[in-house]
Amino acid sequence: MDLADQNKPAEQPSITQYLLGHLREFGLLFALIAIMIFFQIVTDGTLLRAVNLTNLFLQNSYIIIMALGMLIVIVAGHIDLSVGSVMGFVGALAAVMIVEWELAVLPAILLCLVAGALIGAWQGYWVAYWKIPSFIVTLAGMLVFRGMSLWLLEGQSVGPFPKSFQALSTGFIPDIFGIGRPNGTALAAGVIAGMLIIWLGLRARARDRRYGIEGEPLPFFVVRTGIIVCALLFIFYKLAEFRGLPNVLISMAVLTVIYAFITENTTLGRRIYALGGNEKAAKLSGIKTERLTFLAFVNMGLLAALAGLIFAARLNTATPKAGFAVELDVIAAVFIGGASMSGGVGKIVGAVVGAFIMGVLNNGMSIMGIGIDYQQVIKGLVLLAAVFFDVYNKSKG
Amino acid sequence: MQPLLEMRAITKTFPGVKALDEVNLSVRKGEIHALVGENGAGKSTLMKVLSGVYPAGTYDGDIVYDGDVAQFRSLSDSEDKGIVIIHQELALVPLMSIAENLFLGNEIAEAGVIQWQETFRRTEDLLAKVGLKEAPGTLIDKLGVGKQQLVEIAKALSKDVRLLILDEPTAALSESDSQALLDLILELKDRGVTSIIISHKLNEVRRVADSVTVIRDGSTVSTMDAHTEDITEDRIVRDMVGRDMAHRYPERARRAGEVLMEVKDWNVWHPEHADRQVIRDANITVRAGEVVGIAGLMGAGRTELAMSIFGRSYGQNISGTVEMHGQPVDTSTVTRAIDAGLAYVTEDRKSLGLILDETIQRNITLTNLGAVSTNGVIAENAETQVSESYRKAMNIRTPSVFQKVVNLSGGNQQKVVLSKWLFAEPEVLILDEPTRGIDVGAKFEIYGLINKLSADGKGVVMISSEMPELLGMCDRIYVMGEGHFVGELTAAEASQERIMSLIVKD
Repeated sequence: MDLADQNKPAEQPSITQYLLGHLREFGLLFALIAIMIFFQIVTDGTLLRAVNLTNLFLQNSYIIIMALGMLIVIVAGHIDLSVGSVMGFVGALAAVMIVEWELAVLPAILLCLVAGALIGAWQGYWVAYWKIPSFIVTLAGMLVFRGMSLWLLEGQSVGPFPKSFQALSTGFIPDIFGIGRPNGTALAAGVIAGMLIIWLGLRARARDRRYGIEGEPLPFFVVRTGIIVCALLFIFYKLAEFRGLPNVLISMAVLTVIYAFITENTTLGRRIYALGGNEKAAKLSGIKTERLTFLAFVNMGLLAALAGLIFAARLNTATPKAGFAVELDVIAAVFIGGASMSGGVGKIVGAVVGAFIMGVLNNGMSIMGIGIDYQQVIKGLVLLAAVFFDVYNKSKG
Repeated sequence: MQPLLEMRAITKTFPGVKALDEVNLSVRKGEIHALVGENGAGKSTLMKVLSGVYPAGTYDGDIVYDGDVAQFRSLSDSEDKGIVIIHQELALVPLMSIAENLFLGNEIAEAGVIQWQETFRRTEDLLAKVGLKEAPGTLIDKLGVGKQQLVEIAKALSKDVRLLILDEPTAALSESDSQALLDLILELKDRGVTSIIISHKLNEVRRVADSVTVIRDGSTVSTMDAHTEDITEDRIVRDMVGRDMAHRYPERARRAGEVLMEVKDWNVWHPEHADRQVIRDANITVRAGEVVGIAGLMGAGRTELAMSIFGRSYGQNISGTVEMHGQPVDTSTVTRAIDAGLAYVTEDRKSLGLILDETIQRNITLTNLGAVSTNGVIAENAETQVSESYRKAMNIRTPSVFQKVVNLSGGNQQKVVLSKWLFAEPEVLILDEPTRGIDVGAKFEIYGLINKLSADGKGVVMISSEMPELLGMCDRIYVMGEGHFVGELTAAEASQERIMSLIVKD
């Protein structure tokens, strides 16, 4: 018996009903906020101090950037275990080119990105055209590129980098209004971003109304958007109090917006979801599934390379251990963000929030002085809890 | 005769919907009882109540089995009493042998060590009972669906079955396999096994059933006894749909226009075994406004032919030409085939036709995203308009196009698949088993739709295992033997007998 077949008139759902129905989407955001409030209290306000907040972004930028690519790979029905090694390898490559060969910074960066894309193409080729499971191809890649970075660096750390390269990660956007502190650019950016969120929300509501889609109840929309915008303004204000907007934050935000747009609004994105949802049906619908799979890995390689550059720039040195076990954080972030192991499900915003949840947990627990042993245990349990929550929600229908 | 099973006033509610409303079912000892009704009428729910999938206490009413009120709390409870249900989706492990499957979960073992000799010996006995000559060590993978079905029955026999429930046992079987299966069920009856058979195929019901119970919208409509009254198909259909269905196939003005598509000298080899030719020298012509049928037994290569034409989605070393309007076209990839004006509606809508976890809207627009986007950016408003228009035109019963496809009934899912392919704006549609597994009402709607397509000047190729459907719908029927055409009949010439004799003489 199909519930969908019962042509019942759409009733206006109560707020609680709506909240229960969309628990996962909002639950994630509220979980992040709750975790932040929790650590804010137990660290006596250290978490949200301007310096720490800035650090939080710098520390997690490379995870978030790779989570964007990983989400696409996972939505397409695959996995990439090699991103940590690729990231380390590209960092090492950058160090060798810039520090040892004294190549100019810009061409070196471009070459590194190309190298990342080529690595992605290499792995994507085996997965897409030879149908070798991505788990195996990228497990091999994980070993290969870890080994290659060791070889490149000859087991040593290589650094330091010139200032212009470090700016990738540790630079800040100057204050165009000349206020200094608080930083005017950061404040302006915060206000604009807030207004953008409100505008997009209103537009979506108007559309839902036009097509009679059951949207969220108005008071709920107001409260939710209010909380998000306030949190955003608060964060930007805090950043403005310190040194303004880190360059990394900008690239991260821009990439997030671009990838969210691609996945949700373009034919390319739609086809990736179709591929992950049912590869055979997608193929019979005229979708070039092999090429899409291939491109998902090329993209992943490119983003892993970018992450490697940012990470090397932040440490100001390339070490053989860079990126070690980072793939696990990235993959965890994507699954916490609601993606499904079987493909076809997941959102960019979810992956980013998932990465922030991991980041805040790391940061907060470090401030509290919790040992790395307990940190690992707690992060593991959070991952399991998040996915359990997904499965439980789904089984309830 | 005393009833073996009596289900009295069974009521089962799910949140927001009453699936069963005081259903009564009485099955006599040693009879074959057919349970019929449209999809979603509540047949499967009733059987789940009976077999303990919905445990006692979650429904109202009584199950009286063999004189006692039964309280089944799980499948194994009901199996202990000799009630075995065989589902439409077979529950066999493909990469295990017949013997291993037969005794799965019920292994013949001493102290946990499997006694293979005894296992094989008993397997041979059981296989003999169902008329299978396969070796007990044969992998399930290597058997066709028909034989797998027999293995399922053998498995039921291994459990000392008293009441055998078969859910659409012949849905995926060819004509001859179906006949063999029905014969077996009749034979089991002689040996004292009582059966409940759920089926859409009314001719089969008439052939084997001693009594028929019709369920509609969660209630019992009627129970008929074949020994005391004449059960006609018309009467069953009337009870099933609650209205007279004078014509099962809607009328259509038949006028074939110019030649639309022509496939010439089509040859295909098996994708894995390069030496096995699957399609041999096939030639097809489809005219505008024509409905062309392809008849044949399961395994004759009809689906393989269609899929190899449509973007070489099947096979290797494909040779031959496809022409549209007399011009050769490239159909070497699915995209090119769509561009050439072809569409292929798969027989397997769940795994090949739909993305079940996506919305109706996203499924419909998938074949032609370009039409609702500019520079690769999808215009969601346009997309919603398109899918809404298909929802109305195809009468897809759903509260909104934002429902996930997985929540729809089979008939409505099929309408989504058809919408999706109509949106690709094809000139020739190849429909592979377009009415498989959907109920009588939805079938009628799909026939109406096919007629409308032909009235619009499209060419339709219809592959079907149900011969009456081909005879009722097609202007011309190609008959397919093993991988090649063995005959071509016009609507006037064609009859079930002629089609069968062409196949048999191959």
